[in-house]
Amino acid sequence: MIKFQNISKIYSKNHLGSIIKVALDNVSFEIEKKEFVSIVGKSGAGKTTLLKLLLAEEGPTKGRVFFDDQDVHKIEKSKIFKLRRRIGTIFQDYKLLPTKTAYENIAYVMEVMGYEDEAIKKDVPEVLKIVGLADKANNFPAELSGGECQRVAIARAMIHRPDVIFADEPTGNLDPYNTSEILKLLLNIHQLGTTVILSTHNKEIINSLGRRVITLEDGKIIRDEKKGRFIL
Amino acid sequence: MLTLFKKTFQRGWVNFVRNSGISIATCFIIGMTIFLISSLFLFKDVSHFLISGLQEKIDVSVYFKDTAQENDILAVKDEVSQIPEVKEVKYVSKEQALETFTEKYKDNPVIMASLAEVGNPLFAALNIKAKQASQYQAITNFLANVPQKDLIDKVDYYQRKPVIERISSISATVNIIGIIFSLILGIVAVLVAFNQIRLAIYNSREEIGIQRLVGASDWFIRGPFLTQGAISGAMAGLATFLVFGFSVFLLSSKFTILFPGFNIFSSFLSKFWLYFLIQLFAGVGLGVLSSIIAVRKYLEV
Repeated sequence: MIKFQNISKIYSKNHLGSIIKVALDNVSFEIEKKEFVSIVGKSGAGKTTLLKLLLAEEGPTKGRVFFDDQDVHKIEKSKIFKLRRRIGTIFQDYKLLPTKTAYENIAYVMEVMGYEDEAIKKDVPEVLKIVGLADKANNFPAELSGGECQRVAIARAMIHRPDVIFADEPTGNLDPYNTSEILKLLLNIHQLGTTVILSTHNKEIINSLGRRVITLEDGKIIRDEKKGRFIL
Repeated sequence: MLTLFKKTFQRGWVNFVRNSGISIATCFIIGMTIFLISSLFLFKDVSHFLISGLQEKIDVSVYFKDTAQENDILAVKDEVSQIPEVKEVKYVSKEQALETFTEKYKDNPVIMASLAEVGNPLFAALNIKAKQASQYQAITNFLANVPQKDLIDKVDYYQRKPVIERISSISATVNIIGIIFSLILGIVAVLVAFNQIRLAIYNSREEIGIQRLVGASDWFIRGPFLTQGAISGAMAGLATFLVFGFSVFLLSSKFTILFPGFNIFSSFLSKFWLYFLIQLFAGVGLGVLSSIIAVRKYLEV
């Protein structure tokens, strides 16, 4: 379903002219439909870069990224939204719309997808309840804690039942109780047939999952195991 | 389609209300721009009034020799009236000229005594008014070639030429300055309004990026910004129309003292709908156009 083929990403120059950082170095792997894959690595190992490349937010320096056999970087800019609608993303920095409430942030994705008002009014409160934020529906992101924002981001990523969920450090700001709740949620979504890519550096989560683990270090894949553990 | 339009409008309205600080600032800037553009329109009316007032005051007189018969003079009058540049031709007979002269100098005994001695020394004349000061030369050239040219004693264009040319050049200069001034002010005003909207959208650049990443299409993102721009423009247009109309009403009496015979409020009322539509469409147009250009820049993600 998703294929990273000989991907290298080099951030060559900043605005002052120098600093070369190799974020990904000749990375290749494939993710099958309905698979649950964890990507682990230290901060700066290249996990978020993988997400940016998959969403075509950035282009690779070398190599190609395929989604259902389509090279995502060959899709026209004006049509890229079709790909992005198939991927529910939980961003590390949440990326919530600051001028919209928790309810509106989640409803926005459904509006984008063209859902009817009735469906939005029915689904959004349900999802808010699932992530434990029913009483914060009318709060703006600035009025929510980091963990609450993260849960809104999770609710937003799954509300439209996308083909793939890419969760970039979804439990980074959560306490152990909420962490296990979110993990359960991701597993449930996966049970329903959604492909899940979980990027994290939480050892307990990875070890409790017992599923495929891709380990990144300095932009390279150092391990790709079917039933992996967190080894760094 | 209608639902989509309604939803887009709702989202634009919510944006407008939630960003009320920026929205009011944008309305204010667009309003100032429209006010300036409307003032230029009114200035054009004032300058037109002044120039035509000056042009009204000048004419050329063609004096005929005593041998010229009234029929000949009227024939010249008919021919001159045919020239497109001529606005008005007035025949003044020898007797009428004397009457006007006597009326004017009746309190001057020396002149009156001289007049009694020499009889009527005045000539019959045609007073010609052109549509524009620059056209007198052409009319004078025409007179030099009429069949009755031998009956003409003199054309006083040549005595008045410097004054006429000066007025003609002042009219042209005022027009050119007016156009340049309007253009510069218009461009500055549009740029300021555009920049204000760009700044407002610049604040939303992060939001636009997020909308792109969660799968919103370009038009889904643009729609509310364009609506917001249109709402700001329409509100600015309506508010400016009221403020402008009221200002013109208040200034009207002061203007009448400065320029007797010219009432700016009447001039405004005579073009009421034109002003209303110009202000409304200038506001909406400015708001929408600036939004389109500004959003475009941040749709790159």
